[in-house]
Amino acid sequence: MNGTITRLAPPIAFAVLILLPFTFGSQFLVNLAMLTAMSAFIGQAWNIAGGFGGLTSFGHTVFFGIGAYTAAILATRYGISAWFALPLAALLGAATGAVIGFASFRAGLRGSYFALVTLAFAEAFRVLATASEFTRGGQGINVPLALGFAHFQFADRRATYAVIVTLLLLAMAVAVWLRRSRFGARLMAVRENEDAAAALGIDIVRTKTAAFALSGGLASLGGVVYCQTYLFVDPLIAFGVERSVEMLLVAMIGGAGTIWGPVLGALALHLVADTARSFISTPGFAPMLYGVMLLVIVGLLPGGIASLAGRFRRA
Amino acid sequence: MLEVTALSKRFGGLQAVRDVSLAVPEGSITALIGPNGAGKTTTFAMIAGFIRPDAGSVRFLGHDVTAMRPDRIAARGMVRTFQITQPFAGLSVMENIRIGAFLRDASPAAAEAQAREVGTRLGLGPMLDRPAAGLTVAARKRLEVARALATQPKLLLLDEVMAGLNPSELGEIVAMIRAVRDGGVTILLIEHIMAAVAALAEDVHVLAEGALIARGTPRQIAEDPRVVEAYLGRGAAERMARHA
Repeated sequence: MNGTITRLAPPIAFAVLILLPFTFGSQFLVNLAMLTAMSAFIGQAWNIAGGFGGLTSFGHTVFFGIGAYTAAILATRYGISAWFALPLAALLGAATGAVIGFASFRAGLRGSYFALVTLAFAEAFRVLATASEFTRGGQGINVPLALGFAHFQFADRRATYAVIVTLLLLAMAVAVWLRRSRFGARLMAVRENEDAAAALGIDIVRTKTAAFALSGGLASLGGVVYCQTYLFVDPLIAFGVERSVEMLLVAMIGGAGTIWGPVLGALALHLVADTARSFISTPGFAPMLYGVMLLVIVGLLPGGIASLAGRFRRA
Repeated sequence: MLEVTALSKRFGGLQAVRDVSLAVPEGSITALIGPNGAGKTTTFAMIAGFIRPDAGSVRFLGHDVTAMRPDRIAARGMVRTFQITQPFAGLSVMENIRIGAFLRDASPAAAEAQAREVGTRLGLGPMLDRPAAGLTVAARKRLEVARALATQPKLLLLDEVMAGLNPSELGEIVAMIRAVRDGGVTILLIEHIMAAVAALAEDVHVLAEGALIARGTPRQIAEDPRVVEAYLGRGAAERMARHA
């Protein structure tokens, strides 16, 4: 009985939590819910590679940016609905992930070296987007307003929120699959010990590359939705370092390599930090608070907020 | 089953392994022994594909596997364990063994059943659901073997699975290795301690300073003055003979 309650409590609480914003009248609260769900989603996308596979990327915004530019360019240059941008962005994101991953992993880059390479790729994409006429350079791309389901643009933020929650559930389903499948087990084995994994017949480069591609494909979907929500994308929004930091922060604060971690991390980040920010408006306060939160987590709770559940259960 | 021909490896100024040739017949327990630093682990690493040899070749089941990637070699049925045990620390004992079982079975349920069976057979039954990080040295050594065995290898390379064990644990692991061989798995083992090998191996190769210096049955090896000198230093055999 007690076991059933502890097992069912998180999904029920989660269901209530994600349904709650649909009852909100205030656009401010819907907005907050939307941002939180978006953080949780891209955090979970990062977590697929960074958490489950230990592939700590510092440049995951590269995928987010590819998604955002895919939607913007399809709409403005070719007049194609952003619904088609979703599969195309996922494909481009996955392909980019496969290329970056394969090149890095084949060269044996791990840990902080891999993190630096991903950071460099994101910066390279930012510079390219700034320089290229195809992406309209530094001035960015305005997507014309064309509200309606067919154009994937919604007047009611709650509809956008529903789309993001769907993506979040998709990413969490991928995380659940990783927990249960052979691929996931192998990915975690590679994270724990590459030599032992290779000795047991696991193709390390292929496993890591696949995980990075999967993670990149998911993250790029976030960019599509971002573009359709704000109808604007420029190099800094798409490829700026803040988004990369947000993704890894959300996953690490919540609990890297767990199914619930990114949700918990996003809640902590947005509810705590955004609330605090509305009281203290000093510039730079929010990043500082993020830094403090990360330090506290790394120092006191390396498994993230999600690891608290295990501690209570054992106690 | 395994034929190693003239393997050599140099690390900078150090000739770690020089011209090592050995053969492991199917169904045997063959041992490679030698003092610390003799090049045993390097030889193993070259056979299993972890280190690329400078010269020489490795043939397994009639195919050339020299410098093939370790995962490909494992898939062909030759699997090694590590002297310094390498558990997947964040996973449970069962999950560790299941990684091995996944090589032959993609279904998580079937792989788990296989992992539990192998784990129980190797005496890890009560620990299967505990984190691998908390195991004793003896249990970690068993886990190394269990994981490798779960891949259903044809040839098992055991790197010092007996080192660091007390006499009763040693007796248990000797029985375990014999049972594994009787189950149809050929074994090549590296050992530092001669006593442990004597109880197990039919054929012993002795490595010293990177080169093979002797080969024979455990009894022949124990009486070979070159082997005694390799372990105890120059002149040791002569001094022992004088004191006897």
